[in-house]
Amino acid sequence: MTDLPGRPSRRSFLKGSAVTATLAGLSLPTKAQPAPEPVPLDQVEREYLEPAEWAFVMAACARLIPSEGEGPGAIECRVPVFIDRQLAGDFGAAADWYMAGPHNAAADPLLGWQTPLTPAEIYRQAIPVVDGWCRDNHGAVFAELDAQTQDSVLTALEGGDLPLAPEIRGFFTLIWQNTREGYFADPMYGGNHGMQAWVYIGFPGARGSYLEWVNKHNVEYPLGPVSISGERA
Amino acid sequence: MARTAERKDVVIIGLGWTGSILGMELANEGLEILALERGEDRNTVPDFKYPEVIDELKYAIRMGFMQKPRNSTLTIRRSLEETALPYRQLGSFLPGNGVGGAGIHWNGLNWRPMENEFRLRSYVEERFGAQIIPEDMTIQDWGVTYDELETHMDRFEYVAGISGQAGNINGRIIEGGNPFEAPRARDFPMPPLPNTYDSTLFREAASAMGYHPFTRPAANASQAYTNEYGMSLGPCNYCGFCERFGCLNYSKSSPQVCILDALKRKPNFQYRTHCDVLRIEKATDGLTSTGVTYFDEMANEEVFQPADLVIVAAYSLHNVHLLLLSQIGTPYDPVTGTGVVGKNYSYQMNGGTTLFFRDRFFNPFIGTGSNGVSIDDFAISQIDFAREGFIGGSYISSGTANGRPIAGFAMPSDTPKWGAGWKQGIGDWYGHSMSIGAHGSNMSYRDVYLDLDPTYTDRYGRALMRMTFNWKPNDIRMTQFMKSRIEEIATSMSPDLMQSSYKSDGAQYDVRPYQTTHNVGGAIMGADRNTSVLNRYLQSWDMHNVFVMGASAFPQNTQYNPTGAVGGLAYWAADAIRRDYLPNPRPLV
Repeated sequence: MTDLPGRPSRRSFLKGSAVTATLAGLSLPTKAQPAPEPVPLDQVEREYLEPAEWAFVMAACARLIPSEGEGPGAIECRVPVFIDRQLAGDFGAAADWYMAGPHNAAADPLLGWQTPLTPAEIYRQAIPVVDGWCRDNHGAVFAELDAQTQDSVLTALEGGDLPLAPEIRGFFTLIWQNTREGYFADPMYGGNHGMQAWVYIGFPGARGSYLEWVNKHNVEYPLGPVSISGERA
Repeated sequence: MARTAERKDVVIIGLGWTGSILGMELANEGLEILALERGEDRNTVPDFKYPEVIDELKYAIRMGFMQKPRNSTLTIRRSLEETALPYRQLGSFLPGNGVGGAGIHWNGLNWRPMENEFRLRSYVEERFGAQIIPEDMTIQDWGVTYDELETHMDRFEYVAGISGQAGNINGRIIEGGNPFEAPRARDFPMPPLPNTYDSTLFREAASAMGYHPFTRPAANASQAYTNEYGMSLGPCNYCGFCERFGCLNYSKSSPQVCILDALKRKPNFQYRTHCDVLRIEKATDGLTSTGVTYFDEMANEEVFQPADLVIVAAYSLHNVHLLLLSQIGTPYDPVTGTGVVGKNYSYQMNGGTTLFFRDRFFNPFIGTGSNGVSIDDFAISQIDFAREGFIGGSYISSGTANGRPIAGFAMPSDTPKWGAGWKQGIGDWYGHSMSIGAHGSNMSYRDVYLDLDPTYTDRYGRALMRMTFNWKPNDIRMTQFMKSRIEEIATSMSPDLMQSSYKSDGAQYDVRPYQTTHNVGGAIMGADRNTSVLNRYLQSWDMHNVFVMGASAFPQNTQYNPTGAVGGLAYWAADAIRRDYLPNPRPLV
């Protein structure tokens, strides 16, 4: 079925009419209502992160995928909400992973996850260390620094230049991975609000049917994304 | 104390491709069969249904359909001197579990090995001389030939429903197929799938250079199809969610779509899920197995399941682990080179070049798992090993399987890794690149093997299996050879930018990034009980009523994805059991 944006096909018009006719007596809307405005990020009821941690995650996400320039930033996409929910769930608890000891957190990184800590515990232990380092070196916690200084801290964190114990040395990799996940995952997980990240790069989300497009070469696919819950953008 | 269950004729460990095939073939003999699956039950509906299954986070990133390391994993080290550490979080490879096994979340690349891959050591010795085989390289012949397996690989292709174009039917070379493939008796059951833009560009470039491109064989249906068991597939719609996902469309071949619903209708077949086999039990004389002991998670009890015939059909690594835990066969010793169980583990050597085109649209989300065009001009049979200084080969391909964004997509290497520059990069480059990749062989070595770990245990207190593996100079030379050939093709396509990623000298095995789940060996087949675990019929040399399926039988890795050979071997073993073993149970060799 083709339903180019702004150009409803005859088929979708007919389908829409049929729906209208069927549902008229039930006085149900025939088109999806615009999604209600979500709770502002500073009022979100959090599942895992404490206030100082939330402030850190908000600030770090805002620098990892900033709002400036083309495309949405992590804040517009509500990535911190995604991270909070993930840390409260199975991922945060490393529920699927082999976590039995003995542990050698200082092992060659090529041997993979060897810390005894879960992802949620790494956030909890690493954030105060990074904030403390920022206070010692820049006079304020991470969230209160200017953007340029925050970028320099993140660069140092990424490069292993902050004094992190082996158990939490993977913190940058973890928060950057989670930030990208929250940016690009289906909106039902709390991030990618309004599917903005998908719209920005041109990923159609859960459309899942392209047979008639295989042979159209070097032509930009025209349809916007849909989400698993049926949201369109 | 384990409860003893009612005796069965056959117990099957694992209900993926090979367990389903053996279940069907032996059910057709009228035997009473029980299959034990350690994971959960799975069906297209509801487990793979649209749109819920199109969830990159749940299935591709959090590995929703994979084995949970908490329940089953192994330890890994890169040399005999290193201390192995657990593979705690999935990365490099993704063992399947659950009904259908890895057969639900594969891409569907279905190949047959080349003729001389089945007799690799003999081929190398005859053609180039034994002296070119490095001292610590332990490659072996399979003990079975391509000709013997042809009809069985053919049968698997017709059960699975493979889309493709034959290149060699009984020695007649056919335009549009792979001219280097071994002779096949007939064409694929379905025509090849259409090609995406990237693979079309690759086809043109490779053709212009005198190579022989063909649409690669795919377990993704190109049209409606019904197989010998009455199971039907529908045409693939290129949804871009094959690998790591179950198919929402009844298009990707899986045990569910191709076998299981027919098998489940047989009154003499039963299966139980959440039943993890703890060990294969030995008779007091040590010459046969009496059945298996498993843990039933739902009933929270240990059960002894007596059976006359034990089919080990779990994932390759799990097969080897079970043999080691059950003390069937002598464990391999890398110092003396004696023993066999765990010997000749091998992996796969892959690499690729990315081409960036600013002004072209590749729509990378339009894809199917095995989508693409390949050339076999640098296959194992096409290379002068003596001149090039390595043993091995690769097939070379282009074709997009998916455009899933969380996993990441190609960006020029000077793109910032995060921040404003990264965000600009994803906007500029998503859908503007394609890649050409080499999928290559990996040889086996004296000090690359599987045994039991001395330290780490699983949730039942059993020793984890330990893998000792690292990259070797031979295989790195092979991939560097492919790099030079691929870069020539890529350059001829005049991309705006290109960049390569291949293992180079000194590369260490990194367990973190996904590479391939083509783990093979450890319970290898062969002609000599001193150098193999199984005879040519996949029958244990030590216990004649134990047969071990799967890629654990490969004495070294081929240059291809293993499923075609795994399916063929399963039908070959099933045929030997039906025709020869059941009438007179005994060692078949």
